[in-house]
Amino acid sequence: MSIVTVQLGQCGNQVGQELFDIICSDAVEGQRKTYSTCSCERFFRQSSHGELTARAVLIDMEPKVISHSMTKAAKSGRWRYGEHSHFSQKQGSGNNWANGFCVHGPRHRDVVEELVRQEVECCDRLAGFMPIMSVAGGTGSGVGTYVTQCLRDIYPTSFILNHLTWPYGTGEVIVQNYNSVLTLAHLYQLSDAIVVHENDTVHRICSQLLNIKHISFSDINRVIAHQLGSVLQPALSADSHRVYSRNPVGELVSSLVCHPEYKLLGVCTIPNMPSSSIAYSTFSWPGLLKHLRQMLISNSKMEEGIDWQVRPPSGSGWPRNPTGGGSFNTSLANLLILRGKDVYSAETGGFEDPALYTSWLLPEQALTMWKSPVSFNKYEKSATLVSNSQALLRPLDDMVGKAWNMFASRAYMHQYIKFGISEEDFLDSFTSLEQVISSYSQLC
Amino acid sequence: MTQSVVVQVGQCGNQIGCRFWDLALREHAHVNKKGLYDEALGSFFRNVDSRNRDGGACGVGGRIQHLKARAVLVDMEEGVVNEILQGPLRDVFDSAQLLTDVSGSGNNWAVGHLTYGSAYRDQIVDKLRKAAEHCDCLQCFFLIHSMGGGTGSGLGTRVLGLLEEEFPEVCRIVTSIYPSAEDDVITSPYNSVLAMRELTEHADCVLPVENQSMVDIVNKIKLMSHGAKLGSMIRRDSTVISGQGGLSGPEKPFDAMNNIMANLLLNITSSARFEGSLNMDLNEIAMNLVPFPRLHYLVPSLTPLYTLADVSVPTRRLDQMFSDAFSKDHQLIRADPKHSLYLACALMVRGNVQVSDLRRNIERLRPSLPFVSWNQEGWKTGLCSVPPVGHTHSLLALANNTCVKPTFMELRERFTKLYRKKAHLHHYLHVEGMEQSFFSEAITSLSSLIEEYHQLDSTKARLIPDAPRLSIAR
Repeated sequence: MSIVTVQLGQCGNQVGQELFDIICSDAVEGQRKTYSTCSCERFFRQSSHGELTARAVLIDMEPKVISHSMTKAAKSGRWRYGEHSHFSQKQGSGNNWANGFCVHGPRHRDVVEELVRQEVECCDRLAGFMPIMSVAGGTGSGVGTYVTQCLRDIYPTSFILNHLTWPYGTGEVIVQNYNSVLTLAHLYQLSDAIVVHENDTVHRICSQLLNIKHISFSDINRVIAHQLGSVLQPALSADSHRVYSRNPVGELVSSLVCHPEYKLLGVCTIPNMPSSSIAYSTFSWPGLLKHLRQMLISNSKMEEGIDWQVRPPSGSGWPRNPTGGGSFNTSLANLLILRGKDVYSAETGGFEDPALYTSWLLPEQALTMWKSPVSFNKYEKSATLVSNSQALLRPLDDMVGKAWNMFASRAYMHQYIKFGISEEDFLDSFTSLEQVISSYSQLC
Repeated sequence: MTQSVVVQVGQCGNQIGCRFWDLALREHAHVNKKGLYDEALGSFFRNVDSRNRDGGACGVGGRIQHLKARAVLVDMEEGVVNEILQGPLRDVFDSAQLLTDVSGSGNNWAVGHLTYGSAYRDQIVDKLRKAAEHCDCLQCFFLIHSMGGGTGSGLGTRVLGLLEEEFPEVCRIVTSIYPSAEDDVITSPYNSVLAMRELTEHADCVLPVENQSMVDIVNKIKLMSHGAKLGSMIRRDSTVISGQGGLSGPEKPFDAMNNIMANLLLNITSSARFEGSLNMDLNEIAMNLVPFPRLHYLVPSLTPLYTLADVSVPTRRLDQMFSDAFSKDHQLIRADPKHSLYLACALMVRGNVQVSDLRRNIERLRPSLPFVSWNQEGWKTGLCSVPPVGHTHSLLALANNTCVKPTFMELRERFTKLYRKKAHLHHYLHVEGMEQSFFSEAITSLSSLIEEYHQLDSTKARLIPDAPRLSIAR
């Protein structure tokens, strides 16, 4: 089955390009015919000559980034974007969510819907949509939310998985918290699942694990693409009878999002290291999984600086500290993806511990496992965890808190009112996110 | 890419505008080596084939034929505009872009705003529309004018109102030159206060620039270049007051000062014209820096003012550039942002500077800069890879800061001094359409603006608790 990706705004178009690049280079490498056929069907259209074209629609309100991404793709020589599957305008949304959502989105609705329809018609079977965007700016967040809404209207039964990039805490955009609140609150009603990457976390991975001295945005995007690729590439699930599972989006949603109140998903992968060191490193499944499990329960997003003191609470009904702070991170559901050598010998019992999960879901329902003997992106063995847990509670709470403080003095409100977003709209968004925060912090 | 139109009104506005076009040509000549008309050039210039009578604009990508400035020049006397038309920049403008009268506004806001404003309204609108029609995506109007005289302040603010009426969706960024305290125009406090009200109500952003600060900066640079401590020679072409390499010949008296403001406009638009790893579009300026619609006065500072000829330690020099942007003597108005309250701050960097340099310097400077409680992280940043001519890197800081308050209070004081005695009032009231209520409303508007800044200032010393969050019923 095929996924149609929609890349929105500067961030979305850069991350999307890196993602297709990693997926393509991973799929065509080596002798693994079924794996690469399955991967290609998911992400690329194949012409009779074997040329790969990404199943993607590129949307931005200014031309520079799209043309850059398209050129980069064409230069790779392995794949390219569809000649006509992009849409750009001359003038950006000016960091204003309302401008994107109320003005640019509706104005270009028909063109965008047509581009998506053409892409959908090229799929034998549609697995779902994946809009990729940031939440800080105006186009990715505002137009992205609007386009997600259009997709929901036109394809009411299709899966929609949004990938979001959350901005640095101290950001490039002053109104980023407003834009984030509006985006998240709306997407929570529209999307089936929301996968989140935080720039701050990824930045730390780049500097501490990958040892990059001058970190650029493309370094950051490459890490995000790697993590996302390791989730979306073909893998075998328990009941897939040795056939690569067919609908990654659907299976991901149904295994992780069992309740509409909880749909924020975090991703972490292990290992991360400079490509020059990979050749000199050995990995063992027990070691990787032990680290990954502790990363999960102590809510540290990379394998360095893990707090090994955190333990799952003994016995149910144990009082848990709701907002964390070195405390135990409760999961609702986890998806563990293992790729590489000897994958069937890996011992995953640590993730089946009922103490990791809420009391109202059995561990066998809460934990899903995908495995693939094909190694991913140069790592002989690698593990990825997609987790619906309290891990994103802290940053979400910070974001809402800062936006609320600004809203209390009604700062910048006129910029949004100008384009048709009222104070009540803001209040609605705040209310629904406070509800999400409350639900996640009550998780036990 | 988007385009901008420069509207220069009055003697001061036209003189600055003239310097701007000269330096803009110099900058593009420096970057554009192939002689092709590119998107960057297109943001301020049209490429016209003169053999083609029907306007004949050439598209992007072709050879440069004749560059025409996207500008409208308005003055109510002929002197300055005629000088431009006889000077080396004459080919950049054509007569359709000009509007002049012969008699001037007599340093009277009312004459400029009401008499000329009404008489020339249709002609002005017509010229603005023509300029707008030449753009395929008009993003911004830059208005340049002075506050003290008659034409710049009166007609200039009238043009501002017309821009809002005719092009409500196009951003209006105004560069306003505020008079010194010992200004030779006796009615300048009246003109300035009357103009202030228009700026407060109709502009998206105002970049206030004070004459005295320009003089101080020029003197400082001149002192540096003559004082000549050994080993600290300044590169002649690198100062913000230099016009070297431009078209104009020998420097005229105000050129040095006007070059500073021309550089201000070049730097504010650089990110919209050239490539960069973190683009900052013009419509992002107001969005990020103006939390309340009336408080849109952004204090500019330019660094470095000059580049030393010798090569010293680059990193230190780079960090010094960031520190200087917040020091008192680099501000383009006499103000001290460090000891007032920041509502928001933009750093627009040009040249060889990385994201990590930017982050390091923000982290370094943040503790010493007071920000309003609800915007502790109120930084907007842009990185443009093309440096200004003669520099390896440069920084323009735009601060929405309560430090503009003293300037406004001083203005109010000088206004009140005249107004209490009703001095010169009759010159204004003679003008048709002018009423005394203009004065009272203007001073009320200014006072309430000062009060709004004052309110924010008063939150500075206090510790403001976080707003209580919405609570969810369980």
